[in-house]
Amino acid sequence: MMIQLQAKGIEFGYNSSMILKDISFEIGPSRLVTIVGPNGSGKSTLIKCIDRILSPKSGSILIDRKDVTKMDRMEIAKNLSYVPQSSARTFSSNVFDTVLMGRRPHIGWLSSSDDEEKVWEVLRLLGIEDLAMSGFGELSGGQQQKVLIARALVQETKVMLLDEPTSNLDIWHQLDVMNIVSDLVRKRRMTALIALHDLNLASKYSHGIIMMKKGKIMAAGDPASVLTPENIEAIYNVEVAVRSQSEAPFIVPVKQIKMNGNHHNHNGKFFSNGKRRCGLPRSLSEIKEIRLS
Amino acid sequence: MAKTVRRVSTRAGKRSRMQEAHDSFVFARYLFMMVIIAAIIILTGVIITLGPLDISVADAYRALIDRFYPGYFEVEPLTSRVVWNIRFPRIVGGILAGLGLGVCGCVMQAVLKNPLASPFTLGISSGAQFGISIAAVLGISILGGPYLLVGNAFLFALLCSCFIIGLAAIKGATSETLILAGIAVNYFFTAMSQLFKYFADDEQLRLMTSWGMGDLSAFSWSKIPLILVVFGVCIPLLMLKAWDLNIMTSGDETAKSIGVNAEHVRVHVMLVSSLVVATVVCFTGTIGFIGLVAPHMARMILGGDHRFLIPASGILGAVVLVAADGVAMNVIAPTVIPTGIMTSVIGVPFFMYLMLKGRRREFWA
Repeated sequence: MMIQLQAKGIEFGYNSSMILKDISFEIGPSRLVTIVGPNGSGKSTLIKCIDRILSPKSGSILIDRKDVTKMDRMEIAKNLSYVPQSSARTFSSNVFDTVLMGRRPHIGWLSSSDDEEKVWEVLRLLGIEDLAMSGFGELSGGQQQKVLIARALVQETKVMLLDEPTSNLDIWHQLDVMNIVSDLVRKRRMTALIALHDLNLASKYSHGIIMMKKGKIMAAGDPASVLTPENIEAIYNVEVAVRSQSEAPFIVPVKQIKMNGNHHNHNGKFFSNGKRRCGLPRSLSEIKEIRLS
Repeated sequence: MAKTVRRVSTRAGKRSRMQEAHDSFVFARYLFMMVIIAAIIILTGVIITLGPLDISVADAYRALIDRFYPGYFEVEPLTSRVVWNIRFPRIVGGILAGLGLGVCGCVMQAVLKNPLASPFTLGISSGAQFGISIAAVLGISILGGPYLLVGNAFLFALLCSCFIIGLAAIKGATSETLILAGIAVNYFFTAMSQLFKYFADDEQLRLMTSWGMGDLSAFSWSKIPLILVVFGVCIPLLMLKAWDLNIMTSGDETAKSIGVNAEHVRVHVMLVSSLVVATVVCFTGTIGFIGLVAPHMARMILGGDHRFLIPASGILGAVVLVAADGVAMNVIAPTVIPTGIMTSVIGVPFFMYLMLKGRRREFWA
């Protein structure tokens, strides 16, 4: 099976505190994979390490079997695009100029008409051509998110990384953004790795889900195998009911479980009140090789 | 949902309404550049005419052209001498100073992602002022003779910049830290200059004060080649980073993800622009307004593309400075008001007008 994106033993931290611990996985082409986990679990940090915005302390990242750690920044930008959660700009520019920035890895000082045509194509594809001359700061959150996706798209990479692209959006725009990404994955055979908070969105759109807690991968696989009540309770301390809707699990929160020392000091094993609560995380060695192909 | 975009058939292919609007915007950018270049040429001709000797605009241009094509026009020797040796060098100095300060303000605001960044707010001018104070009061300078003050101003302006750049390069400081460091440096050197003023005699005090107000009288043909060499090297180096500056205004993370090494670009731009600023302020003194406001004026009209913004900021800086200097020299002639004062007096109301009435109210996101 072809592997598009591969991470091997990524570790990252500031000084002595480790934020990512031994992260490894493989993702095939034309896959949409989401990373879920509670706040502070390391989802965004992992996305930034893969794009080398942050430099991992150890480990390697391969795209089409080429090592990202050995590429210069321009070459990385030709292989990986990144959609930030939001883009706080100091000075506003119009939508066209903002999207044209994504052509930077491919152009010199002057942009050609070919580059500009690519921008127009992407703006049309995402249905935002009529916003081309609007200031980026004048747009709504949903429109801004589309512009950021458009900018990543004109980079013409095979892998797109998205950091919580739906977190500031209403439900209509959440679905809109996820539909866009899902279409891109299907029609352009891109691979998308998305850090996401909403488990139901992850369930609905993902081919695979990576579940993280405290910088470690705790579970990974298809949505049905990862989004189980036991896993969610162990990771989030929330009791949930999981219903099956058109094969994708649908999660309904039932009860918040009070956090106590036992839940947070599991040392790789999930125990509560001295008893093993669920089968996760099995052992860490079991989930080192994760294939989401 | 996005509205359906009307398409217009042309021979070259289908262009949508938005593409046509974009083409018009790009055309307007080029047009604006042409207009401000024309403005500086016209302004030069008009300001040359202002002074005790009556010279018409046509005579002013004839005298200038005569220098390059001798004998092409008939020009009175006195007119030629006054234009070429007295009035034109000051205008060229004003153009170069405005250009340098405008360009540097523009790139500093971009790499520091702060609309308040300018050579003045980063403490570079106050560093130069401190250098002047040492030379004026203690008579100590790295250079002697006519360059006693200029040499020290240049050295301390660069030292000030190096401290701020050192923070960025060694400690990987954020743009916010650099701005704060610049403000702290500004306070420190201002306080030190005040200390020297406290102990200075009347003549020394006059020297320090007049330099602090900003003045173009130091420019002469002998100094302009040096400035041209510095500008000829540095401004193209800054222009080469125009794309990277566009991207860096979106933040370092985004810049990195699009292939821009934000830290390297920041150090490169700060280093090169500091050299330009030091070269300018050592001759002109403190002219604080141009570097801050010329880029904002350009941004309000042209948008955020630094390929246009950098040259436009420079040319607008030159227009404002030359116009202000023309007024400063003639408004209550024969008394010459310091250029730095008149720049703010004329420029601030104009800037406030643009800010309140401008088309692009949302130019700071």
